[in-house]
Amino acid sequence: MKNINFLVSGVGGQGTVVASDILAAVGMEAGYEAKKSDVLGLAMRGGSVTSHIRWSQGTVHAPMVGLGEINYMVAFELLEALRRLPFMNPEGTIIVNTQQLPPVSVTSGQTNYPSQTEIITTLKKHVKTVYEIDALSTALKLKNSKTVNVVIMGAASALFDIPTDIWEKVIAGTVRPKHVELNIAAFREGRKLMEVG
Amino acid sequence: MRKVLYSGNEAIARGAYEAGVRVAVGYPGTPSSEILENIAKLYKEDIYAEWSANEKVAMDVAAGAAYSGVRTIVTTKQVGMNVLSDSLFYLVYTGIEAGVVVVTADDPGMFSSQNEQDNRWYARIGKIPMLEPCDSQESKDMVALGMELSEKFNTPVILRTGMRISHSKSIVNLGEREKNIKSAKEFPRDIKKYNCNCIYSREKRQVIAKRLKDLAQWAETAAINSITWGDRKLGIISSGIVSEYAREVFPNASILKLGMVYPLPEKKIRDFARQVDEVVVIEELDPFLEEQIKAMGISVRGKDIFLAYDELLPSTLREQAVAAKLLPAEELPKQPNFDIGELPSRNAVFCQGCPHRSTFYLLSKLKVPVTGDIGCYNLGCLPPFNAQHTMGSMGASIGQLHGVSAAGGPERAVCTIGDSTFFHAGLPALANMVHNNMRGVIIILDNETTAMTGHQDHPGMDKTLMGKPTAKIDIENLCLAMGVKKVKKVNAFHVKEVEASLKECLAWNDGPAVLIPTGECIFVARNPKQAYAVDANKCIACGNCTKAGCPAIIRIDEINPKTGKRKMGINSVICNGCSVCSQICPTGAIYQTGRKEAAE
Repeated sequence: MKNINFLVSGVGGQGTVVASDILAAVGMEAGYEAKKSDVLGLAMRGGSVTSHIRWSQGTVHAPMVGLGEINYMVAFELLEALRRLPFMNPEGTIIVNTQQLPPVSVTSGQTNYPSQTEIITTLKKHVKTVYEIDALSTALKLKNSKTVNVVIMGAASALFDIPTDIWEKVIAGTVRPKHVELNIAAFREGRKLMEVG
Repeated sequence: MRKVLYSGNEAIARGAYEAGVRVAVGYPGTPSSEILENIAKLYKEDIYAEWSANEKVAMDVAAGAAYSGVRTIVTTKQVGMNVLSDSLFYLVYTGIEAGVVVVTADDPGMFSSQNEQDNRWYARIGKIPMLEPCDSQESKDMVALGMELSEKFNTPVILRTGMRISHSKSIVNLGEREKNIKSAKEFPRDIKKYNCNCIYSREKRQVIAKRLKDLAQWAETAAINSITWGDRKLGIISSGIVSEYAREVFPNASILKLGMVYPLPEKKIRDFARQVDEVVVIEELDPFLEEQIKAMGISVRGKDIFLAYDELLPSTLREQAVAAKLLPAEELPKQPNFDIGELPSRNAVFCQGCPHRSTFYLLSKLKVPVTGDIGCYNLGCLPPFNAQHTMGSMGASIGQLHGVSAAGGPERAVCTIGDSTFFHAGLPALANMVHNNMRGVIIILDNETTAMTGHQDHPGMDKTLMGKPTAKIDIENLCLAMGVKKVKKVNAFHVKEVEASLKECLAWNDGPAVLIPTGECIFVARNPKQAYAVDANKCIACGNCTKAGCPAIIRIDEINPKTGKRKMGINSVICNGCSVCSQICPTGAIYQTGRKEAAE
């Protein structure tokens, strides 16, 4: 089997790195060879963040991939989904959280943030399958905006034939012990978003 | 045997544990920081760990521990090697009682560094064996191997990683901690060995020459220098993560992977070269292997094909290989032509709630020349502030300010330096300013942590890496004790107070003045503050609040009919309630909501 390549994109502070850790660990627990690569440092301070994750039944050599090679993009923010579009394989799948975090270049009035419709239209024009989810509203319903990342993982889990037990075990082992219950709830709510949609 | 998914840094921490390390030291720097953090978190019962004031100090600590007979690891980012090399190089002469491994995490492609340097040269200049892992498993295993080599050959060993090893994760099989762990013994009174008096060092120089020969001999049969035979038309010599990229791009080629990049196994390289039609050296950054192999008289290609700067990613490797006809053009993946137009840039900015915001708002407003330093505050060089005009290396800002003053230009200048950086290399430079009576304002931005690299402790904090309470060195009193006659400590979140103090310091003529705006970094703040909101009725859409450069400030759809400009709002989900925007709003439209999110 060929590699399955993921790209997680978002803005520093959204919990994308934790989400990509979960994704990589689920791959390993499901029996795949797995590697991942993060870009950290300056990117922590409100900048763009990306992680590449690869699963394979064979050997994974490089921990990241080039343009046109991503099978699944999990985007935490609309503009960041669009920014990473060139990494997508046209036959791939995008899950995009419709949250908008305008960068300072927009709020200071230098440039404009494209509209949600414009962004989604462009994503759909180039990539076969695009799912829009509102993970922020779901997280706010759980009274914690920081669970957005696990809500999105819940949605992503619906795309794979991997038992939810594995996902929940990985999540429980990733977040702090006192937040396990909240995050499992967030995961389940996230998965429901895909079952309904 | 437990199987886990570890980053290179987590794996090195685990490697230190398994190898029986007792002392682990370093200074935080991306991408190396998580090594010590993981040691302090996971192995604190077995390993003493500390953030030293700078890398040279850390290296000297390591030397003392190694002379005492315990295995020691030192961690740094690539530029930190420049700082610690002064001490590392004497250790090559003295040797050790127990193993020392120095980890350098390089940054090809410069994701978070001021330069791109290939630290493999430190192996040659220092005459130090260097290991280079290709994934997390090797990162772990090479710590133990490095310790064995260090003790066998009586030398420090360098373990070189890079961003893509440090911050990539791959599967690691965990082992046990070494059974016979060395403890500190009576300190050796071996003056001839440990005192680098030139009389003794001359003798040691010959020992070092022989040591390198012995190491090269060892490398000939070492399992870490391995050959994978494939098609014999193309033989690739590579090392580290790049050898993994080479396997991906050239799945059929024969590959000699060098786990030790210095000294090299000449015979093994010759044998390999003889058995293939063409040899290509694939390495990131400098022609380090290529030049040494060419010097053996072996004909190879390398930097004529692959660029000698930036990351050598699998995609660029493939492109450059196709351009050199090493691969057929069909190997290039068809890249879809996705037109996404020009998107708004998303530069890094001060976090919402950052205590540095007020200072840079004011520096931008007052338009003073600012020599700058390394830390979050260097983001002050970006819009909307454009106010940190220099940045060279850790602690350089104070010396640069000194130079501005010595040059005698017409302007009053200031420098910015963080609390951790001040302890790293600011102290000697401040002493120099005081001694030479130079004028200028030293702004020590005290956010009570080493924020940029992930909130590590430093001598101005009351807790050590291992969580032990300790004496907090007070920066204000320290500056007074050093002889600075004007020292002002202010609440960083009070814009007017900072402004008045800054002006007072700028007017100071009797030697240097120190301003210390103090406020906790939001990541270490103990009490979360309430979010702010904008009263749209009072907002006149002047946009002054955007000069604070806060990502929580947004534009709303409502328009000021007089100017046609969109009014402002605040994203309450990400606002951390610092109040700076409310203080600089000319109409008092920004108010505290009283809303607090449920604890995370």
